[in-house]
Amino acid sequence: MSNNQPSPYHYVRPEVLPMLSSGELFTKADKAPTRASFAKAVIDIGARNPNVVVLDADVSKSIGTNKFAAAYPDRAFNFGIAEQNMFAAAAGMATTGLIPFACTYAVFASMRALDMVRNAIHYPGLNVKIAASHSGITPGPDGVTHQGQEDLSIMRAIANSTVIAPADPDTTTMAIHAVAAYEGPVYLSFTRDPVPKIFTADYPFEIGKAVTVRDGQDVTIVAMRDLTAHALVAAERLAAKGIDARVIDCPTLKPLDTETILAAARETGAVVTAENNVVFGGLGSAVAELLAENLPLPMQRIGVQDTFAESGPYLDLLDKYGLSAPHIAAAAEKVVKRK
Amino acid sequence: MAKVPMSVDELKAMAATIRCDIIEMICTAEAGHPGGSLSATDIVTALYFRLMNIDPANPRWPDRDRFILSKGHACPVWYAALAERGFFAKSHLGTLRRLGSILQGHPDMNKVPGIDMTAGSLGQGLSVGIGMALAGRLQKKDYHVWVIIGDGESQEGSIWEAAMSAAKWKLDNITAILDRNNLQNDWHVDELMPIEPVADKWRAFGWHVVDIDGHDMAAVVAALEDAKERKGGPTLILARTVKGKGVSYMENVCEWHGKAPCKEEADQALEEIRRCSCEQ
Repeated sequence: MSNNQPSPYHYVRPEVLPMLSSGELFTKADKAPTRASFAKAVIDIGARNPNVVVLDADVSKSIGTNKFAAAYPDRAFNFGIAEQNMFAAAAGMATTGLIPFACTYAVFASMRALDMVRNAIHYPGLNVKIAASHSGITPGPDGVTHQGQEDLSIMRAIANSTVIAPADPDTTTMAIHAVAAYEGPVYLSFTRDPVPKIFTADYPFEIGKAVTVRDGQDVTIVAMRDLTAHALVAAERLAAKGIDARVIDCPTLKPLDTETILAAARETGAVVTAENNVVFGGLGSAVAELLAENLPLPMQRIGVQDTFAESGPYLDLLDKYGLSAPHIAAAAEKVVKRK
Repeated sequence: MAKVPMSVDELKAMAATIRCDIIEMICTAEAGHPGGSLSATDIVTALYFRLMNIDPANPRWPDRDRFILSKGHACPVWYAALAERGFFAKSHLGTLRRLGSILQGHPDMNKVPGIDMTAGSLGQGLSVGIGMALAGRLQKKDYHVWVIIGDGESQEGSIWEAAMSAAKWKLDNITAILDRNNLQNDWHVDELMPIEPVADKWRAFGWHVVDIDGHDMAAVVAALEDAKERKGGPTLILARTVKGKGVSYMENVCEWHGKAPCKEEADQALEEIRRCSCEQ
């Protein structure tokens, strides 16, 4: 990129820009797990709103909500290893006007307690915030039982659900504040493993809005949660090959920002989706449904295929299971050729 | 509108009226769950016409007592009690399970005035009630939360998660009533998946247990009043009941868990309930 050309990037931290092309983003950039942003933000929100309560299921030390419990002991409820009871109790609290943040791992929130999450929270539309850490295959070393690789798909299938999975620590903080001000059930998905801080304070987080974070004309990469960083790295790899990729960060899976995605698809003519989640029913499916019904064009989905993962270092898992930047870039090249 | 709080004799008469409503609404709907509605009728009647601090004109009054029918399939008894108590017009009862009705096959809190919680998927209501009770304590409100659970429903593991947590927090603003009619959808509870010794189980989980005849109105009222006054922890009222109570051919017959009476059967049922009520 020559110095007199405007940067194609929006809201990306200047210090990480050189790391995108050098490949040092995941080794050199400041990193933090998005669960930590949640744990801090919920204390700030609790300080301002006495109706905010936090419910835990014996993983408060892992998520960091033990700090909320220390700050506001009368508003913290640890239900033990009993997620079903916790989510239904959260529904009961919400009927009285409290704003419960019910916290556990994605596998338990989206599966163990799904009946309560559907029938006691979403069907009545109660104002419960489901805070799920360890989403996708981010709890790398823990292995399959603790890797919530289906949570986004499952939660998207529930009527009237709002599903949010921010890309980095600071946009997670923005999301928590927006969600606290929003009336209704929300599923929030966080990473267990540290992810790079990629966005600036002026990132315009809004529930239901996707944000174009890199301009490009040849292909659109729609990414979410921890794969947005990998999509940005992929865009630099593509640029080196003369392919100009647009990157859209899509922190809200549902409701999907169809306007932004359709406009990008129309302008670039090819689409790749990237999610640390199974390819069934999540972001890739949502975008495929949108395009199939409105604007069929070459598309490919990056995500966990029809398999369970395994224990391993987080970044190695992303490589092995086809989710990292080289895989995203290869998919983009493929769809560009199909145009 | 019925004058409350009612005497035991007035409650008995109201229970008969509600039983007739149940039979009529399920017969008209040609579907529903009469057995478990009739077994819970005396308890629900005592709650709505004697015990509960509620205002039909203001169904979401923040300081009201809460009621949850965790065995949500028995909602005809809840709908009948709410209608008789003036929460909505009795004309709705004839619309049970119809397209567009406020009276869903399982209760929906957003459609029906007075329904404090959507229910239907078993094993959730006690947990919801515990959430309400914890909220009441936090917000320094002195409302009481009443939850009816089924004995078949007690096979759900989440019931015991809830039981454990109410004891942890020493909740004395919640009372669970176990409708112990010993029948579930497929067969007898005690043979299909035994829950006995159920009183000992609840005691072991830290609850105060009161064992009563769930159709003896004076005993029901006394147990509910004692539970509301008792401090220091949660109470379970083990209400021994008869599934299909009040209708001879339904009593203790498993098939009437989820079957509607035809017109002739309904007429017989109404005649039996009214005759029995007159004899009291």
